[in-house]
Amino acid sequence: MRIGVITFPGSLDDVDAARAVRLAGGEPVVLWHADHDLAGVDAVVLPGGFSYGDYLRAGAIAARAPLMREVVDRAHAGLPVLGICNGFQVLCEAGLLPGALTRNGHLHFRNRDQALLVERADTAWTSSYAEGQTIVVPVKNGEGRYVAAPAELDRLEAEGRVVVRYAGGNPNGSARDIAGVCSADGRVVGLMPHPEHAVEDLTGPSTDGLGFFTSVLQQVVAG
Amino acid sequence: MVVDVVLKPEISDPQGQAVLGALGRLGHPGVRSVRQGKHFVLEVDGDPDETELRQIAETLLANPVIEDVELHLPTD
Repeated sequence: MRIGVITFPGSLDDVDAARAVRLAGGEPVVLWHADHDLAGVDAVVLPGGFSYGDYLRAGAIAARAPLMREVVDRAHAGLPVLGICNGFQVLCEAGLLPGALTRNGHLHFRNRDQALLVERADTAWTSSYAEGQTIVVPVKNGEGRYVAAPAELDRLEAEGRVVVRYAGGNPNGSARDIAGVCSADGRVVGLMPHPEHAVEDLTGPSTDGLGFFTSVLQQVVAG
Repeated sequence: MVVDVVLKPEISDPQGQAVLGALGRLGHPGVRSVRQGKHFVLEVDGDPDETELRQIAETLLANPVIEDVELHLPTD
């Protein structure tokens, strides 16, 4: 199964994301933001980093990159897409996910191991987990505070669109402790924490993050 | 043409709050609130087109989920 990882100018975690795909048993495919072709991949990961130096707003310019038009079109047709950190910001800016990510409430960059409660274990990227499971993965961001209008938050909660929620402390002031959300069809998922940094005992606080990548491989095989 | 982008009133602005705190320490306790925004100056060929400017402002310069825009066209 071929999983594309898109590199934007300023992406940092594209290599780790590709490594996580490989460790999960998939074939990572390097994609460049200025291309116009998704090279026939079965799913796409938008990695963390600081695309375009966070100029204008985090993820705003990357969301208008040539390859993102292709990602948006294919996502509407069911292509699984995972946005991690800056990738989550890009997905919100591209209109594939609701809400927005803003400057952390305390204004500090926060970098720590973070417990997350998995609330949806039936999305394309979380089916390897159990609903109600707690996982620990790194979180590292300066603009990770999830916001949306109160009525929009109520709608998302009612529709079960919160995929993961911060447990044991909210690192950035996100509304309702929301760490990640999904599209209505559960195929597009975005989260601020970094599952791709928790895939090996040597380098991560756990291997809990691997489940995101094994999930999509199962989805693709099943599909 | 000028576009000002400000956070919607219901979105908290920790940067503005930090500026407010500094103003208090500098001896300006009378300042009650600070909201930080962005100011864009666009130079265009030909006559400014308000419809196009609004489209530019609302699709790229601002994120309508969290921000409002104010357009200022030349009056002369």
